Amino acid sequence: MKILVPVKRVVDYNVKVRVKADGSGIDLANVKMSMNPFDEIAIEEAVRLKEAGIATEVIAVSCGVTACQETLRTAMAIGADRGILVETDVELQPLAVAKLLQALCAKEQPQLVICGKQAIDDDANQTGQMLAALQNWPQATFASKVLIANGKASVTREIDGGLETLEISLPAVVSTDLRLNEPRYATLPNIMKAKKKPLDTVKPADLGVDVTPRLTTLKVSEPPKRSAGIKVADVAELVNKLKNEAKVI
Amino acid sequence: MTILVIAEHDQQSLKAATLNTVTAAQKIGGDIHVLVAGSNCNAAAEQAATLQGVTLVKVADAAHYQSQTAENLTALVIAHAAGYSHILAPATTFGKNLCPRIAALLDVAQISEITGVESPDTFVRPIYAGNALATVQSADKVKVITVRTTAFDAVDAGNTAKIEAIAAAADTAQSTLTHRELTKSERPELGAAKIIVSGGRGLGSGENYHTLLEPLADKLGAALGASRAAVDAGFVPNDYQVGQTGKIVAPQLYLAVGISGAIQHLAGMKESKVIVAINKDPDAPIFQVADYGLVGDLFDVVPQLAAAL
Repeated sequence: MKILVPVKRVVDYNVKVRVKADGSGIDLANVKMSMNPFDEIAIEEAVRLKEAGIATEVIAVSCGVTACQETLRTAMAIGADRGILVETDVELQPLAVAKLLQALCAKEQPQLVICGKQAIDDDANQTGQMLAALQNWPQATFASKVLIANGKASVTREIDGGLETLEISLPAVVSTDLRLNEPRYATLPNIMKAKKKPLDTVKPADLGVDVTPRLTTLKVSEPPKRSAGIKVADVAELVNKLKNEAKVI
Repeated sequence: MTILVIAEHDQQSLKAATLNTVTAAQKIGGDIHVLVAGSNCNAAAEQAATLQGVTLVKVADAAHYQSQTAENLTALVIAHAAGYSHILAPATTFGKNLCPRIAALLDVAQISEITGVESPDTFVRPIYAGNALATVQSADKVKVITVRTTAFDAVDAGNTAKIEAIAAAADTAQSTLTHRELTKSERPELGAAKIIVSGGRGLGSGENYHTLLEPLADKLGAALGASRAAVDAGFVPNDYQVGQTGKIVAPQLYLAVGISGAIQHLAGMKESKVIVAINKDPDAPIFQVADYGLVGDLFDVVPQLAAAL
């Protein structure tokens, strides 16, 4: 069984982003970029399924600018067998990415797509569900445990207030939550090996997909700043402030 | 313009998030219909009919809506989507799971977790863990939207809207719920609590988390939350998590105990009315957003605080 894993190149999660002064977006000049953390978990899960003998091949896909090659190399250093870059300079929105992945699913025929539940830049949390819909496949989002057996997946999901387990037929889309696994560090030998793994590049037009954005960002602004308050000396002062000043208890 | 709000409910009653979503629909303007899909869900439908601004409640009652799978609910919404200008659901795990599937089949973009309505086609939504706010305009014929519930008040009751039964769609049989385990708690729900006591890695262990924070939460009638670090360390289950990838909360009072204040955590709680931070590190970033900061050893301070209330 082949597993396809989409990976996104995003601003590293440790970076505090800055809004551009003209309100046109986020300042991305000289900012450290990394693989979206949820996608790392997705790659790790796919590689573990391969190591367990359940998957035969793990294909990483990234959609975006040329530099997404680095993200694919990282995925291959973790253990993906090959990479596909869908190269474009157009701003890609989740529906467009889902359509690109749909076209790649038609070509590669994976039994499972594992993706991160959301990217930490646009915080959209859409692509996996959209792909599942376009493919008319079942979905199991926000997974914390994935078991594959007899052409089915049993997936435990993180939901508000607890957990639930769904049994879905394959092919299907699974999206990862934080506790699914802890991704390994790519070792130097594996980073070197990843450089030799195959990486194909295609364009959205080759896949017959129109990636024109549907949403227009009119402006990006700083959220209202919360200013630091005061330090209290002890518990008595804290209780007094909460009772008499803030009046919240 | 007619707006369809997809209700989140447990068959008996609406989840509080549905009430906030109806308020967002009111801000967009137009007729508001509420879809209640479930199994023996009449009680929830009757509650939906009491919500202010709602003009019609549509009920689809069938056994295959019991577990609220995205596959079956999507098929139902698509079958009844004609004529709606907007389709809204709360940005809870329920709505986040469901709405992109609907949007993709309608071939429209989804607008995730809106916090503001500028006009019927223009919305404000946080990006980068709330470190920036994007104002986005949709050119699509139908706007599929999830609503960040903390950004909108709950709608009042007192209405008597018409309730109409609609036909269920065929069971897709793609997904079967085999187990559901909800955390049982006497405490308020994290998303709806007025006071939240939240613990971080500074507590050191799950045992400390419970022995220190529970008495304090009991005194305050508070919900319990946690940082991702505390969840990752195994102190508490993931559904306690407050932050970019966990729950977004905005209580009257948020007490952060032993939480350093990573931006991902701040993203989930900085809209709280009053923030109190207790941390032994005077330079912890949490103090930059706290209204009241107490620098001290939480193992001393928390029991003192519980005793003083």
